Amino acid sequence: MSDSKLQNGEIPGISRRNALQLSAGTLLTTFGGLQWAYAADQPAMGTWPEGSKGDTVYLGAAVPLTGTYAVQGADELKGWELAVEHMNTNHALMKKLAPKVNNGVLGKKVALVFADSGAKPNQALQSQQTFINKNKVVLMTGSTSSAVAVALNKFAQREKILYMPGISGSNDTTGKDCVRYGFRQGFFGEMAANAIGPVLVKNFGKNRKAAFMTPDYTYGHTTTQSVADYLTKEAGWTVVTNQVSPLGTQDFSQYLTNIANSGAEFLVNVNWGRDAVLSSQQAKQFGLLPKMTLVLPYQIPFFAKEAGVEISEGVFAATDFWWTLEDKYPLAKMFVEAFQKKYGYRPEWGAENAYVSFAHWARMVTEAGSFYPPDVIKQWEKGEVIPSLLGDFAYRAEDHQYLHPVVIVRGKAKKDMKNPEDFWEVVEVVDGAKVIQPANAFGCKLGDYT
Amino acid sequence: MINWANFISQLFNGLVLGALLALISSGLTIIYGTLGVLNLAHGAMFMLGGYAGWVAFTYTGSFVVAVIAGSLFVALVGIVMERLIIRHFYNRPHEDQLLVTFGLGIVFVELVRFGFGSLSKSVPPPAPLVGITDLGFMVYPTYRLALLGIISVALLALYLLLYRTRLGMIVRAGIEDSVMVDSLGINVYKIFMVVFGIGAMAAGFAGIVNAPVVSIAPDVGEAILVQTFVVVVIGGVGSFPGAVLGGLIAGELISLTSMVNPAYSYVMLFVVMTLVLVFRPRGLLGAVGRE
Repeated sequence: MSDSKLQNGEIPGISRRNALQLSAGTLLTTFGGLQWAYAADQPAMGTWPEGSKGDTVYLGAAVPLTGTYAVQGADELKGWELAVEHMNTNHALMKKLAPKVNNGVLGKKVALVFADSGAKPNQALQSQQTFINKNKVVLMTGSTSSAVAVALNKFAQREKILYMPGISGSNDTTGKDCVRYGFRQGFFGEMAANAIGPVLVKNFGKNRKAAFMTPDYTYGHTTTQSVADYLTKEAGWTVVTNQVSPLGTQDFSQYLTNIANSGAEFLVNVNWGRDAVLSSQQAKQFGLLPKMTLVLPYQIPFFAKEAGVEISEGVFAATDFWWTLEDKYPLAKMFVEAFQKKYGYRPEWGAENAYVSFAHWARMVTEAGSFYPPDVIKQWEKGEVIPSLLGDFAYRAEDHQYLHPVVIVRGKAKKDMKNPEDFWEVVEVVDGAKVIQPANAFGCKLGDYT
Repeated sequence: MINWANFISQLFNGLVLGALLALISSGLTIIYGTLGVLNLAHGAMFMLGGYAGWVAFTYTGSFVVAVIAGSLFVALVGIVMERLIIRHFYNRPHEDQLLVTFGLGIVFVELVRFGFGSLSKSVPPPAPLVGITDLGFMVYPTYRLALLGIISVALLALYLLLYRTRLGMIVRAGIEDSVMVDSLGINVYKIFMVVFGIGAMAAGFAGIVNAPVVSIAPDVGEAILVQTFVVVVIGGVGSFPGAVLGGLIAGELISLTSMVNPAYSYVMLFVVMTLVLVFRPRGLLGAVGRE
């Protein structure tokens, strides 16, 4: 694939600038040695080459540590921290995911810098700008709000610095707003809808009535759209009402009252983080639960712990990871053990997603043998099948989405819990490739390498 | 066509939310009216009340003890805060007061986050108030109905304190003209300390009685603070009846708008605040000269 733009009067693939670079490169190779040719082929861009000149490379995370998504952000941060530690110390799990990691990446130690994003795009952008100026970060990460992910995607493309969002459930992140510099490891709304949809229809039948609760930003709207589309088109369900609330709502009584009078049999709660906890708790106060059946199409780490088992019991949810999968997948077991040893609790999928994201970045950089962003991106776009904690899958070159499986879980009753963190039973592990939409379905156009 | 069941339920939602906002706002407005300090840590007082109550509940299992402990703890925090820090700012510019109270608010939130983490904490309502009550024309959570009564009693107590006691008389005189009160030989600074404690306690009390409705987290005060300010502006800065009226207006506005389109409920709140500012800058029940 050519990455140069075809202009009038130019030979396809060789622009005037390329030709100049080529001749300059030849000359410099002759007179200045190989080192110079390398520099001419790889012009300075973003934080390259400054970011990888020293003995340490920095990865910058903008993560919500306050606000509605604070709990999930803190878990994610631990996943990144653990991944960095494992890269620098050749941990056996990291060696499985990124075999060429050797006391760091390409001879450099890896360090994490982070700041609170409050799940706000502006705050996240400011933090990343600081990391770029101060630390010359070679990878940006963090979201836990797709509004942040979409903003950082655009920023990454402009600044020519790689970006992995961490938790981001919007279809737009690798759909409409996909970029060449962004790669997403985790699942998202459309995948969740296609994975959980058949389970709901199988368990509850056709032609049912559902009320949706939606947080008012890209994740909420796209996920609600995907789930509602599936249920209405495939099984004749009716969406009787969709209550859209702002991120960070505390009192959901107004929304719940509208739902109480809607005749719904199902409460499909697309809210996330503390919004989901509060809205579900209040739905119970208002008597909507257990009268209606609660569904969480995009599961929330720590939901069961925070909202209580009496609410999560019997609830179907789609997720990226649940720790009991350690019984089936050896790498998952290694991760859960290492995490629990360091932090004293079993990780939820925020940490898993974060850890695997960084491991995949380390793999791509070490395989490419370079920090030069276009080389790393091209390595990624080879679409090789690479390991995650739940088996080996590929990144899709067209939209940079990892074809990770979607795990369907159901909330356990208190009496069935084998330990205080045994909240969910795994119902099904759904093949990601089978539930993802075609790469161009949401209008992804990746943009330039340079 | 109006769905009457929905309409009446939303009226009730508005009433409960309005009463809560009225109670928190009354604390804010008393402090501002008397001391001239806009306390941006007022949201943090609301949050602290919830946490102090939660701690007390964890140890005793009694909701009543939780409410008393939460309120008294926050009153104490208010008094200490006034003695150690706020009083040095009475004669400083408003910006300094805003900055110091804003900073204190952040410190309180971060201390709580450090101590208790970000996972939200629940305090269950007392056993007789669990569940749903059928009112005949609608069903409504029992505790929310009770909350309406609890807050009404608290507001009445505040009213009696302000309008039927000597302390209240001095406070109200202080709102009008603190220099005059001082020159009458009353130690205004001691009164100020008490007022700050009472104002903080109103927020702390609201924080713990609201905990069974909205479980508590370090950030709960942040969201409520903005609405509280809107209420104070609508009702009239420094006016206790204004805070009650403003609270009820705000509560009903949010609830009834959300019946039509929830996305506009907070927008409507600001629209009404703007209208009040344009046509009656001192607020609906604000005193002249407090604009």
